[in-house]
Amino acid sequence: MKAGKPVRTYGQGRGPAIAWWGNPAARALIWQALLAIAVISLFVWAGRNVVTNLRASHITWGFGFLAEPASFDITGSLIPFRAGDSYGRALMAGFGNTLTASLTAIVIATALGFVVGVARLSNNALVARSASAYVEVLRNTPLLLQLLVWYNVVLKALPGPRQSIALPGGLLLNNRGLYGPWPVESPGWNAVGAGLLTALGLCIGLAAWSARRRREGKAALTLWAIAPAVLICLPLAAAWLTAGSLVGALPVTWPELRGFNVGGGVTLLPEFVALVLGLSLYTSAFIAEIVRSGVQAVPKGQREAGRALGLGEGPILRLIVIPQALRLIIPPLTGQYLNLTKNSSLAVAIGYPDLVSIGAGPVLQNTGQALEVISLIMLIYLGLSLLTALLMNWWNARMALAER
Amino acid sequence: MTTTPSTPANQPPAHGALARPPQQAPGLIQGLRSLVATPLNALLTVLALAIAWFLLRPAIEFLFIDAVWSGHDRAACLAGEAGGETGACWPYIARRLGYFIYGQYPEAQRWRPNAAMALCALNIGWALWPRAPFRGAALFSFVLPFPVIAWILLYGPGFSGLVAVPSNLWGGVLVTLVISIVGIVVSLPLGVLLALGRRSQMPVVCAASTVFIEVMRGVPLLAVLFMANRMLPLFLPPGVLPDPLVRVMVGVSLFAAAGMAEVIRGGLQALPKGQYEAAAALGLGYWQMMFTVILPQALTLVIPGIVNTFISLFKDTTLVTVVGIFDLLTTIDVSSRDPAWATPVTASTGYAFAAIFYFICCYAMSRYSAAMERRLAAAGSRS
Amino acid sequence: MKRAPVLMAMTCGVIAAAANGAPASAGVLDQVKQRGELICGSNPGLAGFGVPDDKGKWTGFDVDYCRAISAAIFGDPDKVKYVPLTAKDRFTALQTGEIDVLVRNTTWTMTGDTAVGASFTSINFYDQQAFMVRARLGVKSALELNGAEICVQRGTTNELNLADFFRAHKMDYKPVAFGSAAETVRAYDAHRCDVFTSDSSALYAERLRMTNPAENIVLPERISREPFAAAVRKGDGQWFDVVRWVGFGLVAAEEAGITKANVEEKRASDNPELRRMLGVDGKLGSGIGLPNEWLVNIVRAVGNYGEIYERNLGENSRLKIPRGQNNLWNKGGLMYAPPIR
Repeated sequence: MKAGKPVRTYGQGRGPAIAWWGNPAARALIWQALLAIAVISLFVWAGRNVVTNLRASHITWGFGFLAEPASFDITGSLIPFRAGDSYGRALMAGFGNTLTASLTAIVIATALGFVVGVARLSNNALVARSASAYVEVLRNTPLLLQLLVWYNVVLKALPGPRQSIALPGGLLLNNRGLYGPWPVESPGWNAVGAGLLTALGLCIGLAAWSARRRREGKAALTLWAIAPAVLICLPLAAAWLTAGSLVGALPVTWPELRGFNVGGGVTLLPEFVALVLGLSLYTSAFIAEIVRSGVQAVPKGQREAGRALGLGEGPILRLIVIPQALRLIIPPLTGQYLNLTKNSSLAVAIGYPDLVSIGAGPVLQNTGQALEVISLIMLIYLGLSLLTALLMNWWNARMALAER
Repeated sequence: MTTTPSTPANQPPAHGALARPPQQAPGLIQGLRSLVATPLNALLTVLALAIAWFLLRPAIEFLFIDAVWSGHDRAACLAGEAGGETGACWPYIARRLGYFIYGQYPEAQRWRPNAAMALCALNIGWALWPRAPFRGAALFSFVLPFPVIAWILLYGPGFSGLVAVPSNLWGGVLVTLVISIVGIVVSLPLGVLLALGRRSQMPVVCAASTVFIEVMRGVPLLAVLFMANRMLPLFLPPGVLPDPLVRVMVGVSLFAAAGMAEVIRGGLQALPKGQYEAAAALGLGYWQMMFTVILPQALTLVIPGIVNTFISLFKDTTLVTVVGIFDLLTTIDVSSRDPAWATPVTASTGYAFAAIFYFICCYAMSRYSAAMERRLAAAGSRS
Repeated sequence: MKRAPVLMAMTCGVIAAAANGAPASAGVLDQVKQRGELICGSNPGLAGFGVPDDKGKWTGFDVDYCRAISAAIFGDPDKVKYVPLTAKDRFTALQTGEIDVLVRNTTWTMTGDTAVGASFTSINFYDQQAFMVRARLGVKSALELNGAEICVQRGTTNELNLADFFRAHKMDYKPVAFGSAAETVRAYDAHRCDVFTSDSSALYAERLRMTNPAENIVLPERISREPFAAAVRKGDGQWFDVVRWVGFGLVAAEEAGITKANVEEKRASDNPELRRMLGVDGKLGSGIGLPNEWLVNIVRAVGNYGEIYERNLGENSRLKIPRGQNNLWNKGGLMYAPPIR
């Protein structure tokens, strides 16, 4: 339809004037206006239906329920929750659990994924084949199924509380969870916390300072040697200064068998273990593929050049291959982290109290505010996704700049 | 809203993308020698063998060695002579196979799902076999006539002369396939539109597509399914109530369309600019240019990506079990509660069966995708 | 670029047209009659109340209630479509109008009647929440459960009563909550918890499925009242009455001695009360939009309340739950129907 247009534009003013609908800009405007009207009217229409439907079933819309007290309990949440706390806090507790499980799984999945990804490139045929079998099996079965299997396996493989397996370091393991010692709130521990934060700040500051020195070509600190010492000594010194001695200042509760179950200390629920295990194994298979293709994408010539410079295999990997591969690896890695976080909602199938299972479970059930609860859950996940994407974009931009 | 960086790179790498081992299959002797070439390699070999032994042995024992192969009810699969637990309870799977495949679909009518599945297999084979003639027509028939025929076959609406089988009787593999195939059939054209929309010069069109894609990709499928299954009726006028199966299909399709749009956008971006300019120089209009020049090339480029999207869609259909749709996983779960078969291993056996089913399907598809990728790479290097 | 908005607009148009074409909101009873089918929200699997048999046909106490409603409307108990619902989904399904009536061992609470938008009709089963433990544990009373881990289904009144009970007795416990009854039972059976809590009828039903049923005992304490009632969507008085009077009719029929076997014979009786109930005299049925012989149809199809009970839950079933509170009021129970006149 546009075939003759250039000619006609040339002849504008004389002959048959071009009709307004022949003008691409005008047409674009009209189509956009139509689309906008369609989308807006779709929303208005749906909104009116919601109002009618809610009125018909005598439900009042609103988020007031978030402040009302709930009358159920939640076990094993990072943010403690007891009956009598508000529904809003219940959602917070669920969200805290979602974050805990996702972050833990992200760390494990990344470590596993890098190991398996490198193993796939091994020149040891057995190692390479095992790694690729690992990837294929985990990637080609549904995550939900894997979670159910892991949960069953975890419950079945572990003994009851009376036959707990004692692990080194005061850890106890049974089918109610993994129990470990935990600090009791005291001035000494508070000092340790404060010391740790200060030490972290100090390390970051030092890192920035030495990075600048290095760019300017001056002598700089080797942070790897200093950081651990600072991170350990500073908190301990703080505790010692506050309490006068180290032994009594840092009280700890140890897990022990009390009545039915192990009490005291800190517990990792089997649901948590199964969820983290399932999520990290599944995601590690995808990360392994990302790592492998990232490393393979670094041109052979780069390694050869390194060798020609007389570098050993270790420095070649550390200084040449990995920095280049990382730039390719990081963007898809972000996608996997986001997928993992979204997939953590499958916790609902194995009884781990995450955001979705608390929200769509007791909160929705006892308030009847289905629309509000589900929208809230979606908004929270959306916010999380956007935040991660922003952070990773920032990181990505930095990496890309370092290239030149 | 466009927060994801250069999107093609942001896609998970294709299943089996570049999946070739580093060197093309070394000879057996050479391979064996590589296992012990250096002390480190020998150590790794031992480590790999140890891990494989610890992981594989229980699996093999459960699936084969300790498994029960015949019996009529739970008695066969209860603790063995030694008092320990038995392995997988296969007679339970054999007895329930019909239920796992068709759900409560009336037995006399089961030729209909069979026929629909056969048609589907033929059509997909035609569309995916690289040397088949008229592959474009195959794609078209898969998107338009096939779903209609399959729907008539499965549902049996009044005019067809078939006995109507309402969807609350469908179940098992049938429902898994119906949801994933509807998902792909709807998400492909919708994904094309969304991808074009996101690359559009018109700000409103671009914004609308981007917002839709990012929202769908930013929330878990489970939340979308809750929304579709329970909330959709709230958004419709009183009295309009789509079938529950239709509701989850809407959720799954919209979710898949967002993913598909990003895959296709990757293909559109990968095409050299010259293709667009050449088409414009020929005086083609927008849609002519898209349908005759750009899309055929872009879609061919992203066939592996499309297959991968389908694989994840297929795996994700298991989530419908959480909202109470009778897919394969739900039928397995429900049957494991039958007092006639309830044993400590019934659920595990069901899961093992489902895992094997999903693995075979997904692995086959991922192999196809990898093969296509090699063909494309080879074609690319020739030109 | 140009056709995308057109398609969008067309889609919107089609949806809008479909919306306008939908029938103006008529009463539920009329909708059911027009549809020729009752849509009944049911349990996705609880022995005695609602389970699919070998051929996938739904059976059970709640299922028979749905069949009774269908018989009252159509004279045929099988014009029912069952929508199995998890505890999570049941009220939303009622709110959205996906189901006409919810008969799914659902406890009548004040929140249910107010916030959730349901209207409970009449109680069809008096239940109480109890605890199940493994006999080996040596526990004799719920008061000895301090520190126990307890498996419970998420989003049920059980979860709330559990919290109340332990708070009232100043005891400590750890709930392990699952989304479905199946997962809850499976976790208890895999020794994830020390205790499994649910309505006592469900405890008896689920025990049948456990690895070693005899190993598990139900503790004597009953920590709550759980009156199960059929629920309808709020705001339709006529439909509310229909469902409610089907329930009362079943109880009244038992009290009057009308059974599946003798219903025809009773119809010919001279007793004015029986003649009124069975639609020989008066127009009680048509008063609420049902055929006059509604009760005859019900009893002919599913029997009276006592018969339904015995068949699914009582002596004639595998559950063997004693009638107890569910007996008629004049036999020491709580079942009472207002007069049909």
